Amino acid sequence: MIVRRSALFVPGNNPGMLQTAGLFGADVVILDLEDAVAPNEKDAARELVARALLNIDYGQAQKCVRLNSLDTFCDDDLKEIVPSQPDLLMLPKVHRASDIKELAGQLDKLERPSQKRIEILAIIESPQGLAEVYDIARSHDRLMGLLMGAEDYTAMVGSLRTKGGEEIAVARALLVNAAAAAGIESFDAVFTDVNDEEGLIKDTLLAKNLGFTGKGAINPRQVKPINETFNPSPLEIDYARRILKALRQAEKEGSGVASVGGKMVDAPVAKRAVNVMNLARKLRLLGQEDE
Amino acid sequence: MINAIGRDIPEFVEGFGPVKKYLGAFNSLPEGNCYGPPIKRAAVGQSKLYHSLEDLFKSLKIESGMTFSFHHHLRNGDELVNQVLYTASRLGLKNITVSLTAAFATHAPMIEYIKNGLVTSLRTSGVYGGLALALSRGILPTPVLLHSHGGRPRSLRSGELKVDVAFIAAPSADDRGNITGVIGKSACGSLGYAFPDADYATHVVAVTDNLVPYPLIPASIGQNKVDHVVLIDSLGDPQGIVSGTTRITKDPVGLHIADTAAKVIEASGLLKNGFSFQTGAGGASLAAAHFVGQMMRAQNIKGGFALGGITGYMVDLLEEGLFGNLFDVQSFDLESVKSIARNPNHLEVSSDLYANPFNSGCLVNDLDVVILGATEIDVDFNVNVITGSDGVLMGAAGGHPDTAAGAKMTVIVTTLLRSRLPIVVDKVITATTPGETVDVLVTEYGLAVNPARADLRDRFVAAGLPVKDIQELKNLAHKMAGVPQTIAFDGPIIGLVEYRDGTIIDVVRAPNL
Repeated sequence: MIVRRSALFVPGNNPGMLQTAGLFGADVVILDLEDAVAPNEKDAARELVARALLNIDYGQAQKCVRLNSLDTFCDDDLKEIVPSQPDLLMLPKVHRASDIKELAGQLDKLERPSQKRIEILAIIESPQGLAEVYDIARSHDRLMGLLMGAEDYTAMVGSLRTKGGEEIAVARALLVNAAAAAGIESFDAVFTDVNDEEGLIKDTLLAKNLGFTGKGAINPRQVKPINETFNPSPLEIDYARRILKALRQAEKEGSGVASVGGKMVDAPVAKRAVNVMNLARKLRLLGQEDE
Repeated sequence: MINAIGRDIPEFVEGFGPVKKYLGAFNSLPEGNCYGPPIKRAAVGQSKLYHSLEDLFKSLKIESGMTFSFHHHLRNGDELVNQVLYTASRLGLKNITVSLTAAFATHAPMIEYIKNGLVTSLRTSGVYGGLALALSRGILPTPVLLHSHGGRPRSLRSGELKVDVAFIAAPSADDRGNITGVIGKSACGSLGYAFPDADYATHVVAVTDNLVPYPLIPASIGQNKVDHVVLIDSLGDPQGIVSGTTRITKDPVGLHIADTAAKVIEASGLLKNGFSFQTGAGGASLAAAHFVGQMMRAQNIKGGFALGGITGYMVDLLEEGLFGNLFDVQSFDLESVKSIARNPNHLEVSSDLYANPFNSGCLVNDLDVVILGATEIDVDFNVNVITGSDGVLMGAAGGHPDTAAGAKMTVIVTTLLRSRLPIVVDKVITATTPGETVDVLVTEYGLAVNPARADLRDRFVAAGLPVKDIQELKNLAHKMAGVPQTIAFDGPIIGLVEYRDGTIIDVVRAPNL
């Protein structure tokens, strides 16, 4: 079971940050070649990121590289980065399913046979991308998730980006639903005020409640609050525990139906309880009695 | 001769004399009696007040060959040292020994007074800025003596350092010689480093830019110890004296180290009611204090005292009731200056009470935990805080060796690499704090425990902390940054590192500049 609660962006042209990115507990580190790097520094950053992937120990974190978009420097990025064996590649400005297929096709050509298959994480950050989000979500089996790009999206829609995020409510819901329908992960937009921890936690809790499986982070200080918010809470664990207990009890009694707190436990609820317990186990949040 | 940490030290150093061998942190014992200054008298009706330094020099017959002392409470805002040396230079004096508790960039004019033969000897806890570079180049005819904050009052008490004239910058004074640092345009809070000078100098001179009506109450140093008062226009630049509010670092790596350091303290078992603590004013040290404060709050722990250089952050912890007292030898920011003036639980303490190893009991001996920095630390846990990796003077020993020796647990916090330089090394260039007094090293890549403290190591492992061998940390640094080329230091001796007990723990040789 791979846990991907937090995905930390790190500028690909900053040696110090590339070196320390694995220290903060992020589940995914995203070494960024796109927005963080000026066009005249792309080549140097590419080389730096390629070497970082090969030489720096990122510990438990999965290694991701944010490429430049297909219509800019993506080809050059791929030639340099694919041999360095990242776990994931993040493609920005995904507008249609064919974008993912195009990238996947290039990966088919560039990956060595012995190499672990690289997965794709798509950023949906345009009205068109969102309009076609379900097609994108099920476009290719390399695609493991979608990330909401709220800054570009709101600029293109013409809405005002706010901390409350009312302007992206529909976009978030569409993206989460498309990802869930396609059976892939969904990552919420970054929270840009790095000094507002309370706001970050609120925003992360909203994302979790909407169904997002993780969230982007633009500063290492955001990783811990994001991880802790996505961790199953003691209440969630307790509820899941009661559901599973009721199911076992029902099974023992030969009854097909279990209920908790007067509510019937149906299959999706049971599945969710199993997921919560698995995640809690993976994160070592369970006591001995659950093992 | 090879001393107890394996350093090869000459038995005699030109311009200094015979060298006392460092025998280990606790192995040299005091001998003899305390030094005493002359018995003094102030006649009825006799004025102590002067209106210029030049008048004072003439009246006291201050002459060549004397020793002047100064405190560093005005830090980088200090102008008194420069004004006194200017006056001495104008009067044609030569061959002066300066004892300045720490030297800052503002003291760069001393370079000229060294060149013209006025200043020929310097004792200090550390040097920053242009003067540091000049001293590293060897402009002083004798090696600079680098002492700790506790070592200095020890040397005054023993008479190894005899001060002819103590020039005490006094942010406020009355004409009888009662002085304080908590009010006035040059307010600096505690005057802790000046207390021993007032006890042992032949002439105790308070220099102020804020003369207040008699009696100044409460006084830090009283009229019974101050022989003369000089009123001048300005002691210095208030901007350089105290900083604004000291903020906790936002650097994620610094915060990560601080978080680990706080967990180390929790796992040590020392964090309980009565907990006593010292930390520096650096971003990561302060952040560690922040996390320790959070733990104390969560676990309802009431600390005993916090010690050392005090910041507004520690004032907040005092006012919240997380600590019972602050013992303030130096106030770092405006908040701590205000607090020491108003809060009876925020106490001004002398450097002697703070850290002198040879008195009847100093405060560092009752520290549970101290968090300290390092410019380098070696695999034997010896720490350098005085020279950079190029051997140039760049920092101060301060209370580092004193608190490390006194505290039940000494935690060094540093990044494993600074730019691309490994900070964990085989052998520090200059040893200021011996490894036997250092217990834990915390870096962003994990922590290492002094093998002598297996008890702590066991606790940290049990708590799930990322415990590594210090060699492992060094190798990791080498893997990332490469193995640095060894620099040979075979130039003349430009500095002597005096351990707090008066022995010489190391020498500083001129780097190849």
